[in-house]
Amino acid sequence: MSELPEIVKIIKITQENPCVKTFFFDKRIQAKPGQFVMAWIPGLDEKPFSLSYVGKETGITVEEKGKFTKRLFQMKEGDKIGIRGPYGNSFGLKANACVVAGGCGIAPLSTLIENLKNPFVILGARSKDRLIFEKRFPNAKITTDDGSFGEKGFVTDVLKNVLRDRKSEVIYTCGPEVMMKKVFEICESHKIGCQASLERYMKCGFGVCGQCEVNGFRVCKEGPVFSSESLREMKGFGGFARLKSGERVSVSEYIQWRCA
Amino acid sequence: METKLCGIKLKNPTVLASGILGTSKSLLARVIGNGAGAVTIKSISFEAREGHKNPTVIAFEGGMMNAVGYSNFGVAGALKEFVNLNELEAPIFASVIGTEAEDFVKVVEGLKGLDFAAIEIPLSCPHTPGFGTLAGQDTPEKTFEITKAVVKKTKKPVFIKLSPNTKNIGEVAKAAEKAGASAITAVNTMGPGMVINIEAKKPVLDFKVGGVSGPALKPVAVRCVYDVYESVKIPIIGAGGVLTGKDAVEMMMAGATAVGIGSGIYYRGIDIFREVCSEISEWVEKNGYKNLKELVGVAHE
Repeated sequence: MSELPEIVKIIKITQENPCVKTFFFDKRIQAKPGQFVMAWIPGLDEKPFSLSYVGKETGITVEEKGKFTKRLFQMKEGDKIGIRGPYGNSFGLKANACVVAGGCGIAPLSTLIENLKNPFVILGARSKDRLIFEKRFPNAKITTDDGSFGEKGFVTDVLKNVLRDRKSEVIYTCGPEVMMKKVFEICESHKIGCQASLERYMKCGFGVCGQCEVNGFRVCKEGPVFSSESLREMKGFGGFARLKSGERVSVSEYIQWRCA
Repeated sequence: METKLCGIKLKNPTVLASGILGTSKSLLARVIGNGAGAVTIKSISFEAREGHKNPTVIAFEGGMMNAVGYSNFGVAGALKEFVNLNELEAPIFASVIGTEAEDFVKVVEGLKGLDFAAIEIPLSCPHTPGFGTLAGQDTPEKTFEITKAVVKKTKKPVFIKLSPNTKNIGEVAKAAEKAGASAITAVNTMGPGMVINIEAKKPVLDFKVGGVSGPALKPVAVRCVYDVYESVKIPIIGAGGVLTGKDAVEMMMAGATAVGIGSGIYYRGIDIFREVCSEISEWVEKNGYKNLKELVGVAHE
């Protein structure tokens, strides 16, 4: 057993929107939908990213936010980074599914969508220029907060309408945690199972350091995908997250720190 | 399986080692729920610390290596996180770090109101400037000074955690005992070691070096426990590469009253505690021992 990064070459980079790129690697990774890898830029840092492409192509879809992603965005085809993983659990595949993605949250959901039979996909973003993968999933129902593309409003508004008309057994979701929390509450009131992919600051990625803990759950090991039974027990879901020191802060304070 | 350690009753001899999963009360509860006889929190310094940059924890063929760099939320964070520890169904050990003796004392006094059953003082971290071996805390003189200062300020049992890298671990253990320590934890991680990624031509850990734990550490840890047992009368918590019940029995034969488990969680999952306990029971029964006490130190006879 070992958990060491393997150096891979970036063979293709696609610009998904002004702040999001997908980086494709020259290595096939056997991973289930929802799993993540730790990406290492030697001398800089190492961070977890969901795999957004698995199979013929292997890739991660990244939003430019902090020091690490800024450096990654300067990289060109042919440059190399380190990868270890895949880590974490995966989405449990079920029929009659609805997928709710907000912004970059589509990344872990995209390989799931490709493994589901006719899922109803709701793809939301702040505005038209922030959408990701709207061409990859042409059947998706699009929403934008400002109405610049698709339906004006939030993904949760569309979800409520969808649940009125369509029998759904499970809702898969990833996106801003406030959004996921809202999706989960809608699922609870409709008595529908929910599977949400969470994000927390990580160190080891394989369940020993305790850094990404939320109410006794390790996001890197029991997660990142949590189903309703666990989400009900997780007061920290939509509540708190830990900074690098392990200090508990509100999710909004955590996000500010992550993007700084 | 019941074990007595410095007057503290443990339902079994397995102890969660410091630095692994000890970041929150709910994780400690989970480890206890998976069979640990006692648990140790992640080390607390007076001020919060961010620790080293990632990669901080890796695993290689022979074990694990870490340079976490003592990230922790400080005394203020601990006072929020570790409230009402009496609700948990096993004793909780604090782990307290500092640079000078008075820094340790400040933390011990800061944590006074919390329900820790004992206080562990690691003087042995190999990868954090200002702490452990990098601050020279592993010498008999420094060990005596820091132990004495802490023991004076608390009524709780004080465990001193030693480094396997020290030339004469028995002398260090003696210094701790003489200063009033109630037990010795042997050992901390070994090294530091280094893993270089030959494609990147760089060490994998951002701090370049890290403490080695897991299977690679075990024979060294067993020897250290053996040496400490020859040198002191206070009980020993034997830690370093314990993955199975047989590893635990080996530690006990070397002289350990209780056994620390940390990296083992990587190899066997959180329920390693329950598994190790049932493996110890099985071995003890098969080999005709009535209790674990009979096993402690038999390798010295």
